[in-house]
Amino acid sequence: MTTGEVATPVVTTADPRQRRVARRLLKSPLAMAGFVVLSVAIVGAVFAPLIAPYGPSDANFGDAFIPPGAEGYLLGTDSLGRDMFSRILYGTRASLIVGVLSVLLALAVGVPFGLLAGYFSPIDSVVSRLTDLVLAFPFLILAVGLAAIRGASLTNAAIAIGIVQVPAMVRVTRSETLRLKGRDYVASAISDGAGDAWVLLRHILPNAISAVIVQATIAIPGAILGEAVLSFLGLGIQPPSPSLGTMLTEAQQYAAQAPWTAVLPGVAIMLLALAFNLFGDGLRDALDPKGGRR
Amino acid sequence: MLSVRDLTVSFTGEEGVVCAVDRVSFDVRAGEVLSVVGESGCGKSVTAMALTRLLPPYARVTGSAVLDGVDLAAASPRTLRHVRGKDVAYVFQEPMSSLNPVFTLGRQVTEAVLAHEQVSRSTAEQRAVELLDLVGIPGARDRLRVYPHQLSGGMRQRVMIAMAVACNPRVLVADEPTTALDVTVQAGILDVLRDLRTRLGTAVVLITHDLGVVADVADRVVVMYAGRIVERGEVRELFRRPRHPYTKGLLGAVPNAEARERSGRLLEIPGLVPVLSEQPDACTFADRCPRASARCTEHEPPLENVAGHEVACWHPHTDDENATAGRPAERSSDA
Repeated sequence: MTTGEVATPVVTTADPRQRRVARRLLKSPLAMAGFVVLSVAIVGAVFAPLIAPYGPSDANFGDAFIPPGAEGYLLGTDSLGRDMFSRILYGTRASLIVGVLSVLLALAVGVPFGLLAGYFSPIDSVVSRLTDLVLAFPFLILAVGLAAIRGASLTNAAIAIGIVQVPAMVRVTRSETLRLKGRDYVASAISDGAGDAWVLLRHILPNAISAVIVQATIAIPGAILGEAVLSFLGLGIQPPSPSLGTMLTEAQQYAAQAPWTAVLPGVAIMLLALAFNLFGDGLRDALDPKGGRR
Repeated sequence: MLSVRDLTVSFTGEEGVVCAVDRVSFDVRAGEVLSVVGESGCGKSVTAMALTRLLPPYARVTGSAVLDGVDLAAASPRTLRHVRGKDVAYVFQEPMSSLNPVFTLGRQVTEAVLAHEQVSRSTAEQRAVELLDLVGIPGARDRLRVYPHQLSGGMRQRVMIAMAVACNPRVLVADEPTTALDVTVQAGILDVLRDLRTRLGTAVVLITHDLGVVADVADRVVVMYAGRIVERGEVRELFRRPRHPYTKGLLGAVPNAEARERSGRLLEIPGLVPVLSEQPDACTFADRCPRASARCTEHEPPLENVAGHEVACWHPHTDDENATAGRPAERSSDA
């Protein structure tokens, strides 16, 4: 076949997609910073029982209010003489669990409904009204109600936070679906005999996924903060189980006397949230097939 | 092989009914390139989409489109899904956006094969390489791992064609396949289409407004105007002796050396294609036609054989006119 066309050079993207994404992530310093912080947090949370020098609820009344840096207590102790370092490890664990669980719940419910709503207009009006309904419902009332019905616990906090995050997930997925269903490759797939399920799962979802991932990475730090709020108000994890939120509650009376008891869990929450955001942004850029050329 | 009879498509919108295609009939035979020409808005693309009902649900399609004994116009959605891609495949105008950006070429072409054929993935991949080879993509095997954005428009259109012919369709509908491409790239794509026709025996329905393309690859031509077929015939015959004033006008609007010597100016057809809400009993071209008479606005001219090919006109150009003038009929200056 002779043509006047200039063949574009074969760019060898020989390695699979996952490796290409990883390579791009490695090149982004901010994403890597987020990744490092997250890794440390995840390793710390997973191996908390091995790493923590004390049990999270072990009170040692003789050693109350020891400032950070003291021998034996890396980050000091709180009003009951509990080791701050151990409690932050376990608290991070609780935060991560709630963050991930609630976002998984929001994804599991929000993405399918978003796809259906965006693709089939009759479903759209029903789903959109329902999301409006959830959006109009105050988060704390929902959490209080759920805690009243099912009791205050980590799981119920995760469910409450997950429910609140569903509408945002539906909306992001729906708007991406609306945008993508008019694309030529979708029309082309239909002209090639593709059915609705195939179009949704093979053409729309993979193209919508980076927006969904971005939404999820915004949602996880939101969920972590939400967990802190609920625990702070006594609607989440119950003392003496450690949570970054309950630690803040307990610290408020002593904030002037022992500022580290308030500052350290606060910093931990902030670092976690920041790390998720940085990593999420980096991941979004890395997942974009055209990202490498900008 | 594909036999279209009285295909009519109308859309009901907020401003009433629009009749986009009006009683169109044509046949396409295996290994033949049938070209449908006409300016924008004359119903070419709608006709093509109507074949496998790729139209929005509010479109009303009547008439028949029989492919190997199956009437596609009356087929169930399920049957149509099997026909699309398998028996009737499409290539569209926009190669830049018709490939899914997140999957490699290999994956997309392989899936086009797997969509309608029960073969193993490795067989399908092997077939994908052959297909890319067939449409003239150099280094086909290496290209499997390439993403669409790494290819030029011409290369992408070749991939689209490869995907379209993946299941050896009986009919390939190419809707302005070269319009978005450079002229040099166009020639390459047309070569591919021509080559496929002879090698695979695929019938090609080539929709275009580019008469140069028609002259280049078509065997037979259907000229459409405002949803109706106004002239139909074998390509050389029709180009040499156009009967319908609209065809004449189209040919006169093509730049060529001869025309330049004669007048130095390209001819144009004044006005636009009308949007029709009903099927008037009149010639739809009458408003823009230099030869229109009272009869043209009162009765619809039938598509009749006039010495060599069919034309729907009350006042077709005669051989004498074509021979002596060699150019479209003069329009009065007040037109």
